[in-house]
Amino acid sequence: MDGELTGMTAAALAAAISAGEVSAAEVTDAHLARIEEVEPRVRAFLHVAAGQARAAARAVDQRRAAGGDLGPLAGVPLALKDVFTTVDMPTTCGSAILDGWCPPYDATITRRLRDAGVVILGKTNMDEFAMGSSTENSAFGPSHNPWDLGRVPGGSSGGSAAAVAAYEAPLGIGTDTGGSIRQPAAVCGVVGAKPTYGGSSRYGVVAFASSLDTPGPLARTVLDAALLHEVMSGHDPCDSTSVNAPVPPVVAAARQADVSGMTIGVVPELAGEGCQPGVLARFSETVELLESLGAKVTEVSCPHFSYALPAYYLIAPSEVSSNLARFDAMRYGLRVGDDGTRSAEEVMALTRAQGFGAEAKRRIMLGTYALSSGYYDAYYGKAQQVRTLIIRDFEAAFERVDVLVSPTTPTTAFPLGERVDDPMAMYLADLYTIPSDLAGNAAMSVPCGLAPEDGLPVGFQVMAPALGDDRMYRVAAAVEAALDARRGFPLLNEARGLA
Amino acid sequence: MPIARDDVAHLARLSRLALGEEELDHLAAQLDVIIAAVAKVQEVAAEGIPATSHAVRLVNVFRDDVLWECLSADVVLSQAPAVEQQRFRVPRILAED
Repeated sequence: MDGELTGMTAAALAAAISAGEVSAAEVTDAHLARIEEVEPRVRAFLHVAAGQARAAARAVDQRRAAGGDLGPLAGVPLALKDVFTTVDMPTTCGSAILDGWCPPYDATITRRLRDAGVVILGKTNMDEFAMGSSTENSAFGPSHNPWDLGRVPGGSSGGSAAAVAAYEAPLGIGTDTGGSIRQPAAVCGVVGAKPTYGGSSRYGVVAFASSLDTPGPLARTVLDAALLHEVMSGHDPCDSTSVNAPVPPVVAAARQADVSGMTIGVVPELAGEGCQPGVLARFSETVELLESLGAKVTEVSCPHFSYALPAYYLIAPSEVSSNLARFDAMRYGLRVGDDGTRSAEEVMALTRAQGFGAEAKRRIMLGTYALSSGYYDAYYGKAQQVRTLIIRDFEAAFERVDVLVSPTTPTTAFPLGERVDDPMAMYLADLYTIPSDLAGNAAMSVPCGLAPEDGLPVGFQVMAPALGDDRMYRVAAAVEAALDARRGFPLLNEARGLA
Repeated sequence: MPIARDDVAHLARLSRLALGEEELDHLAAQLDVIIAAVAKVQEVAAEGIPATSHAVRLVNVFRDDVLWECLSADVVLSQAPAVEQQRFRVPRILAED
């Protein structure tokens, strides 16, 4: 029964729990057993909260026994990225500077999950402060890709993606600033969605780049991602950039799974040089598939997308240099060198040098550089203008098409260690995902097969306009349904890393 | 324009990062490559293009002026590196002279 439970979708688990066919406690126990079995190899979690998870599951069972209303995901286990504050579990953001920190309050999304009866199994590994594309920037060691344990699970939400792909949890939550949900989803062969910026609350999400950070769902099916998207989203008065608008009807769109009559734009700037041939082949086949399903496909050039990566690596580090200034060794977190002789400033500099990893230091210094007087106009100012031009490219494109599509990442999962000391090579993993972040638009990744040269999963990216999140779910669900039907079984059945 | 080793040391001071010589050398080489790559934004003709600081065109957000419970001092101080008399204890902030 255990294997059956961990293999089920979130939608099926919620239905079975609601119907009394299985208890939430049994579902949680099955997933905790799976975690115990595979964690030594996958290392998706930084902290497993077995006791809290069992208590949350029991509460759902009691509510059901009392005849109470269960929501659409009540009793379903979830893996939460360690960037969301949780009062009953540590929150480290993958950083030594926050090792052991227990936040005094819950993030809005944490609170919404608890209210919905979602069972939080624990906190997942991530690149430090969500900066990276491999989880190798975690102070606590990398996670491993369930398709091939010698390869990265992507990042920064690599722990959540690996947990979902390894059947440790049917649902995961990540955050996307430059691709940190979509890229790990793509390389782990799961579904990952970045909602419209402001569509999901940032309150209690430890800040990386505040004008970009967007929490979103990871799951094994498009419908499961949509169910979680609806539960976690919606206006939050505690987040001043939260959008006060209804959540787009993503669940209905995922169930519709029909692209007939839609116009789909292929962006030539996002599928060119540097793209692995097998990735390009699967992408092109998927575009043809959509055409065969009744969509109209056209090419739409977005000339400024080629400048998205450099603009992002000025804007995001600039915001990092400001946001990470809060780690000053005074009020919480690590403090080193406070021996009574050193000044506060010396203690601060020693603590930050010891507590931050290499990538955090690089980005803090890069941002400090881009914002310094004399360089501001040429770097940060210019990057902000490029951001405007990218938004205009999107606006012009969405006048002609309903959604834009591209591969999610230029390559499949790369080997652990390959790019860790070559920052520019690492940054290229986000080449195709960054434009949607800069524009604040919605975008998601859905698996579209395996690259023939390495047998690893390829992600298909669907980009929608702001608050048009439902459109991307329609397309992703159609791709998923058609490919599953053609294959005859879910793509993840082919993952051999844990076999 | 390559970034000078002294500039990197200055950036580290501004960033409150007490880095060793070896780490500075390593970072200087990497930052040089990254800055050369991101300088590509300067190729874009953007004269007269407004800057975007934020993807959502927001006006200021207000909430009703109502009281709600805040965290207690004990909870807030529970994660502090050092506490004295219900306050954060910090190293000296003024110079000796």
